[in-house]
Amino acid sequence: MGAKRYLPLLLLVFVGLAEAGPKVESWQTKRGAKVMFVHAPDLPMVDVRVVLDAGSARDGDLPGLAKFTNALLSEGAGDWDADALALRLEERGIELGNGSLRDMAWVSLRSLVEPDVLDVALGTMQKVLAEPRFDTGAVERVRQQMQIALRQSLQSPASVAKRRFFKTLYADHPYAHPPGGTEGALAEIRQGDLRQFHQRYYVAANAVVAIVGAVDRARAGQIAEQVTAGLNAGRHAPSLPAPPAVSGGELRETFPSSQTHIYVGQSGIARHDPDYMALYVGNHVLGGSSLVSTLGEEVRNKRGLSYSVYSYFSPMRVVGPFLMVAQTKNEQADEALEVMRETLVRFIEQGPSEDELEAAKQNLIGGFPLRISSNGKIVEYLAMMGFYDYPLDWLDTITGKLAAVDVEQVRDAFSRRISAPAGIAVIVGGSG
Amino acid sequence: MLKSITRSLLFALSLAALPALAQITEYRLDNGMKVIVKEDHRAPVVVSQVWYKVGSSYEPDGVTGISHVLEHMMFKGTEKFGPGEFSRIISALGGNENAFTSRDYTAYFETLAVEHLERALELEADRMRNVRLDPAEFAKEIEVVKEERRLRTEDKPSGKVFEQFNAVAWRSSPYRNPVIGWMNDLEHMTVDDLAAWYRRWYAPNNATLVVVGDVRPEAVREMAERHFGPLETSEILPLKPAAEPKQVGETRIEVKVPAKQPYLLMGYKTPIVGQSEDPWEPYALYVLSSVLDGGDSARLSRQLVRGSGIAASAGAEYGSYARLPGMFLLSGTPTDGHSVAEVEQGLRDQVAALRDQLIDEKELRRVVTQAVASKVYQADSLFYQAMEIGVLETVGLDWRLIESEIEAIKSVTPEQVRTVARRYLIDENLTVATLKPLPMDQQAASPATVAGGRHGS
Repeated sequence: MGAKRYLPLLLLVFVGLAEAGPKVESWQTKRGAKVMFVHAPDLPMVDVRVVLDAGSARDGDLPGLAKFTNALLSEGAGDWDADALALRLEERGIELGNGSLRDMAWVSLRSLVEPDVLDVALGTMQKVLAEPRFDTGAVERVRQQMQIALRQSLQSPASVAKRRFFKTLYADHPYAHPPGGTEGALAEIRQGDLRQFHQRYYVAANAVVAIVGAVDRARAGQIAEQVTAGLNAGRHAPSLPAPPAVSGGELRETFPSSQTHIYVGQSGIARHDPDYMALYVGNHVLGGSSLVSTLGEEVRNKRGLSYSVYSYFSPMRVVGPFLMVAQTKNEQADEALEVMRETLVRFIEQGPSEDELEAAKQNLIGGFPLRISSNGKIVEYLAMMGFYDYPLDWLDTITGKLAAVDVEQVRDAFSRRISAPAGIAVIVGGSG
Repeated sequence: MLKSITRSLLFALSLAALPALAQITEYRLDNGMKVIVKEDHRAPVVVSQVWYKVGSSYEPDGVTGISHVLEHMMFKGTEKFGPGEFSRIISALGGNENAFTSRDYTAYFETLAVEHLERALELEADRMRNVRLDPAEFAKEIEVVKEERRLRTEDKPSGKVFEQFNAVAWRSSPYRNPVIGWMNDLEHMTVDDLAAWYRRWYAPNNATLVVVGDVRPEAVREMAERHFGPLETSEILPLKPAAEPKQVGETRIEVKVPAKQPYLLMGYKTPIVGQSEDPWEPYALYVLSSVLDGGDSARLSRQLVRGSGIAASAGAEYGSYARLPGMFLLSGTPTDGHSVAEVEQGLRDQVAALRDQLIDEKELRRVVTQAVASKVYQADSLFYQAMEIGVLETVGLDWRLIESEIEAIKSVTPEQVRTVARRYLIDENLTVATLKPLPMDQQAASPATVAGGRHGS
């Protein structure tokens, strides 16, 4: 009912948004890094985010190597040890961050545009990317921190379930292991491994530089050159193998917890999959929009089984997972699992109703301005677009693509791509 | 050189933040509801937050968690709209909406394209006075809240430590109770309890509307008057004072739960803005916390995580804006080969050093510079800007403190930092909780089993 009443508004919003995307400019640095830039003059600050195809998918035989390498970047670079590096930045109010997931590793910077300050920020970022020191003390310290983080993650039934899900879905594929690594590999990784990884993957051809802030195009050009100046040209990371076909099934693992965590899913889509939009919008109805989704309605609103219930496609460089997640007190685990499965089966068979799909589209289209409403959000979009080779007008065209998805496309895409029997269910919790 | 950097940063702030501050408009409706509007015209979006002066620190024993449960029920419909309708309407307008409950406040928010602001205000006004507390909906939702408690506290070692820590640190202050409530109280809560709580606190004269975004204050005022203006007031009876008796000795607790990694949490009772012996004390405590934990160059990282290497992580935390005095928190996780006791000693040594010696001028300048820069960075987030205003208003302070806090931080002297360390960071004022891991045996005892395997294509 709500959906029908607001249909005219959709048209209004849509027209208003046709040219709402920020102007994205792109070019290559001298050494071949791709640059993505948006001019945002309102606040006297700049965000620079350098992303590299250097996530855990590149770990090879040493799970955790990519993240280990990335974590060491800020632990000493060029002439500065960890103390000097941190002080240099913090006494000027500069914020430096870094991180690493399966596809992507990144270094991010936020600084005021004040020239003296920004110069220090950029110069430091250049060294952090190109000349990390990998000092023995820092290596051992980060090793310990990663080992402890790994143990802490094993205290959480949710992360145990998620690890198990990925391991089952991806078998011997590089996506199978957690980016945080494994106990064995973390103990084994040597300084030489870190240096080698850095040398191979922290290169211009493997990097995207996203810049958003109160700097003009010419200054952005200098910024991009400066932060990548120390990098070798290098080569882009090679293509990843396609994930293997694995059997569906059910895995149960006991855990000393009062709740059981349920992860049900299967392989989903890669970034440029032609079914991306249909599956994305469809999933918004199924479990992407929290309480206003079918899963939210069935599991939480109708039955009070779970606090946090949702589903998502995680589109990656190669096929990423489709997942439904919920957690409930142990004695209700089977009931919750049953409801999740039935909801999915029904959704695959029937697809969304016209009203449901319309409401989801209205939310996604009408909500688009919120997704690009701050410099911090825009810089992440730019980095993602650059990393996955999206066209520059992607932010301008996405609302049109969302609007074009219809019920039949969703039903068709789900029925071809998602099948309940292929699903893997991981159930981790107490015995009730 | 440092000095000139600091000065130029302050110049940058005056460019960015001060004009923005000038764009805050405040007014009060005839029924007592306060409306505060901050203009930010960078994008055609708006955040709207309705803040109620009620949270877990308002709750008597027996119904702990009721403010949070009521927050959940506020999405279950009114006389006019069915359960979930609020969320569906906002969603179809492209908006995000949710709510959060804390010790001192309950707040409801919508973030949406600016042309839909009025619809959000209309819906918020409706549920301020007309919520429908249906017993059947309540019966399901209370189970959802229990699941939330299991997720956040029962099965999460750090959550468990925090809850146990507060429960022993406070003798009388309502901060001893968890925001989500004790499980026992959730089990015995009734829909009548909620109805009484709703009648008591949900009224325009106990609420503040904060709107930040691409709006004109006059337009927001008209909308607010249209929708909230007609709402009736309630008599809001003041709470009895909840003064915590003076602590007279260190308190310690061990928390034993299945876990793999030990952990330490320490807290010293400290004053807050508006309730301190000297008005500068909370700002001196802020500076002190940044000296310890204002980044990787701060003392805890430099000396405990690097330096001696006894901690894998160590942190300090202090909040100066609250309804009741809180604690200065310190936490840490030992590295292998070091004990929680060593981390505790390391943190105590850090505190002792602050009582004994003056902080360095350079450290002080670093803290001020970071505070100034983060003022600019924070202006990138509409939601943060609205939060800042809402918290101050709702805990009984004035949002104008946002304008003066940088000055207050800049005025702090090394002597004042030493003074607050000597006054408050003392053993008599301290509570220490340690997480003692119990074996997680069960996990190892049962290998994963696979059933119903089927080969995909």
